[in-house]
Amino acid sequence: MTEPLVRPKRKNPLKRTRLPLSPQGVRSRTAHGITAAAAEGRFALQVCLDCSAVIYPPRDACPSCLSARIPFRDVDNGGVLVAETTVQTSTDPYFRERMPWRVGTVKLDAGPPIVAHLHGDTLEGQRVRMQFKLDRSGSAVALALPDKDTPNMAEDPHLREMTCDPTFRRVLVTDGRTVVGQAMAKAFSDAGAGIVFVGLADPWKPFPGFDALKAIERVEIVPLDVTDTESVTEQAEQNGARIDIVVNTAEHVRAGGVVDRHGLTVAREQIDIRYLGLMRLAQAFGPVLRFRGADGVNSAAAFVNLLSVHALMNWPAYGSYSAAEAACLSAAQCMRTELRPGGVKVVNVFFGPLETEWFQTVPPPKVTPAALAAAVIRALKQGVEDVFVGDIAEDIRARLAVNPKALEREMAG
Amino acid sequence: MTPIDLMAFARAVSSGDVRVVDLTQTLSQEFPTIVLPPELGQCAPFRIEEVSRYDERGPAWYWNNISMGEHTGTHFDAPVHWISGKGLPNNAVDTIEVRQFIAPACVLDCSAACANNPDFALTIPFVEEWEARHGKIEPGNWVLLRTDWSKKTYPDYAGLRDDGAHTPGPEPAVVKWFVEQRDVHGFGTETIGTDFGQGHHFNPPYPAHFYMHGKGRFGLQCLTNLDLLPPKGAVIIAAPLKIKNGSGSPLRVLALLPGGST
Amino acid sequence: MASSAIRKSYDGVVLCAPVTVPYRRYSINSAHWWIGRALHALVKQAKITPQDIDGFAVSSFTVAPDTAVGLTQHFGLSPRWLDHIPFGGASGIVALRRAARAVQAGDADIVACVGADTNHVDSFRKTLSTFSRFAQDAVYPYGSGGANASFALITKNYMKMYGAKREDFGKLCIAQRDNALSIPYAMMKKKLTLDEYMAARPIADPIHLFDCVMPCAGAEALLVCREDTAKSLGLPFVRVVSTIERHNAFTNDPMQVRGGWALDIDELWSAAGLTPADVDFVETYDDYPVIVMMQLEDLGFCKKGEGPDFVRSHDFANGGTFPHNTSGGQLSVGQAGAGGGFLGLVEAMRQLIGEPIGSAVADAKTGLVSGFGMINYDRGLSSCAAILARA
Repeated sequence: MTEPLVRPKRKNPLKRTRLPLSPQGVRSRTAHGITAAAAEGRFALQVCLDCSAVIYPPRDACPSCLSARIPFRDVDNGGVLVAETTVQTSTDPYFRERMPWRVGTVKLDAGPPIVAHLHGDTLEGQRVRMQFKLDRSGSAVALALPDKDTPNMAEDPHLREMTCDPTFRRVLVTDGRTVVGQAMAKAFSDAGAGIVFVGLADPWKPFPGFDALKAIERVEIVPLDVTDTESVTEQAEQNGARIDIVVNTAEHVRAGGVVDRHGLTVAREQIDIRYLGLMRLAQAFGPVLRFRGADGVNSAAAFVNLLSVHALMNWPAYGSYSAAEAACLSAAQCMRTELRPGGVKVVNVFFGPLETEWFQTVPPPKVTPAALAAAVIRALKQGVEDVFVGDIAEDIRARLAVNPKALEREMAG
Repeated sequence: MTPIDLMAFARAVSSGDVRVVDLTQTLSQEFPTIVLPPELGQCAPFRIEEVSRYDERGPAWYWNNISMGEHTGTHFDAPVHWISGKGLPNNAVDTIEVRQFIAPACVLDCSAACANNPDFALTIPFVEEWEARHGKIEPGNWVLLRTDWSKKTYPDYAGLRDDGAHTPGPEPAVVKWFVEQRDVHGFGTETIGTDFGQGHHFNPPYPAHFYMHGKGRFGLQCLTNLDLLPPKGAVIIAAPLKIKNGSGSPLRVLALLPGGST
Repeated sequence: MASSAIRKSYDGVVLCAPVTVPYRRYSINSAHWWIGRALHALVKQAKITPQDIDGFAVSSFTVAPDTAVGLTQHFGLSPRWLDHIPFGGASGIVALRRAARAVQAGDADIVACVGADTNHVDSFRKTLSTFSRFAQDAVYPYGSGGANASFALITKNYMKMYGAKREDFGKLCIAQRDNALSIPYAMMKKKLTLDEYMAARPIADPIHLFDCVMPCAGAEALLVCREDTAKSLGLPFVRVVSTIERHNAFTNDPMQVRGGWALDIDELWSAAGLTPADVDFVETYDDYPVIVMMQLEDLGFCKKGEGPDFVRSHDFANGGTFPHNTSGGQLSVGQAGAGGGFLGLVEAMRQLIGEPIGSAVADAKTGLVSGFGMINYDRGLSSCAAILARA
């Protein structure tokens, strides 16, 4: 039975902070096919196109017929936990301080046996559901969950170590002025976050949702302007040590292209708010998040970027916006490497057009702010790092995977 | 004519016999800027990025790179800033004759009338009533509107509501009268912008800009400490940056007053 | 599929000059140093010069970045036959098999076979992270920092399937410890009682402290040559009767309950013209006692699943009903890395030559040595065995 998490007590300010350690994260290139699946929350193994064998561990030729045509495909994740052991001592420093730790061998319905981490509610001899999750090293590992959901399942210590569950965590939503920011604040409050800090710039500029935002339980409005280095630095100095998840909702959506646009002020705003804003947040909050990656139940867990899917493929109607989003995506990839030593995930949530004012003329399907917020919560609970929200985002991703050049041409239409 | 003894003037400034009052708000990130409809280009707020601070980026020095708009904070408006002044000669900050940057000022105290009324509009009768007490506004004087708005907190200072800004300013008629009947040097305010907050509803819209710049006159806004100035007698130094084809610039506005104990 | 040719005999091929460089828990010397000590002892014992060694087979985890070829220049050898055998606990018998055929074919006259490793304080960690690709991708991220969790799962499954109890494994460990008491360089120097075994610190259930070998530095070595060469050198020698080798057997077993010996064991006995009852002692590869029990079954001493009963009904002391791991095995003496793959072979040679370091098996005429190793992912891939005979 998983013990429900207890709201953590206030941190003793005189106690040394436990520093983050990493499990072994080295993988062969082929094995990172599983990392790619885990990043999106999929369960995929190599499947031989010539003899249908399902293969694990990952490798470079089919062990049944030696074919090299063994791409990763989503497979059935059911299996039986054949044997389990509780490891009591380890030479690995990360696991050594997290003993005891259960691992076991699961015989997959799809075929091969998998050595996996075990959720506390799995039983030897019983059926399990398998998942691939990104562990604190950022590489994928197998995790067996009980066949059916159990009470407080998400609060299992093994599982929580691999996810960024917002329960009891303190969140910073960087901009509460936008409807997305407001939806995000509500979603985190509902998801059981300990505090939801919501940043607001230009307090002298009123906006319609302010009263409703203030009224959300456990929301604390704080001054934060992502275009002002001093503002971001000050906020991090004041609250950085008690922020576990940063969700960057600062946005600057404007239609307009690159050639077909008059002047640079909008582009400059986009770069300043989106790209430089991200840099400011990264420099101010990154180090303290990284430092606190192993700091108890409400350890620092994630930096969430909300990115247009057009960061991956420019949409000329919103061409300048797409370019700024692409800059943010590249910066986020850099941040992934920089925050990994702390076990802090950089979660990129890609969306197509939103049901917000600056996408007003774009035809549906569009994503509502509430749906986007729900997707962020889900992604954090699952511990995934690449998320595509809504039909357009999924469509762009699918077309990119098949033929990026065709997509580039199709984006013009 | 006896030559002016400028050395005596310099000594007087140094000794306090000529007092120097700073009418300038500090340039900072928090200071409100003008907000235009979102589809239009916006005034850049003041931002400051540290280059180094006696550290690995520059061991023995501290310096910053700054960015702002020409109309950020306490700033000067040149005639070229408005469509009505676009064709006038010497109408940009780099071409205005520099002697225009020093001029006397008449300070109209509307602070009582504005105290509970952000929609106070300056009218001709109000100014005539002021002239009855202090004498006519002489040609070549700045007209500065003291509203004590600079003492407000930023939200009240900006006065933004869901129909735009509510801050005091002049009616079209009085501005036209200033330029045609009084040949004023320019118009200065404590608020963001020389115009009435709801000035977009006037005819013409934004008359302070329209009429002043249309006649080659100047604007000053986001002033402070106007409550330290006498109704007449202060000399204003307001020299904008020499920006190529500049429409205005943030600047240091100083008032020179006769000295004494206050 | 039946083998297509009858296995050649090993007539005329012998093993001589058993060498052990006494083990040390930690060593600041390199693997090269330990291999060098072994080579030195070989040439001293055989009264030859290094230049007389014209074949060299080496197995070592810690000799990187060198392989066998770098060692030829390192040690001043000019062999005409060279092999590097990275098969862990199977390396000794595999080296023997390669060297024996080379000698028979005339490709080499005197082959030095060495299994050696150093043990620095951080050796274990460094070796682990580069042990195998599957271990890197699919085992070490799961936390045990070594093979313990993998063997715990195998042990748990075996116990469930065949009713083995911890006491059965304990009996094997205790007997081996008794056999090691007369080995001066053994890592474990005291008798082991059943209470101590049962109460030992848990590692990964059901494995406890005394189910695990102690890594150490050391070297084991021997010479393989023709019988006439051994005689002309005046060296006591041991005959090779038959051998088997297999890798990655029984791929469809969901968990390992048998090793590759089970596939080839009949050929081992028939090529030898012997039965299990004919051997006087057995040296199994004892990385964990569960694997010992599997070997007792797979080598033909009892049927699959009868291991527990077999253990309960035999006495494994050197003077007992089933002399086993007669110098204590790795569980008592220590695992000197790849040296562990040679330990049983070298001990078997000493017993058959009649010059054991510790206690002797009386009138030892025939011995069986078994090798196992390379837990690449979730099971030991390599298995091998050799029947040796007194000259």
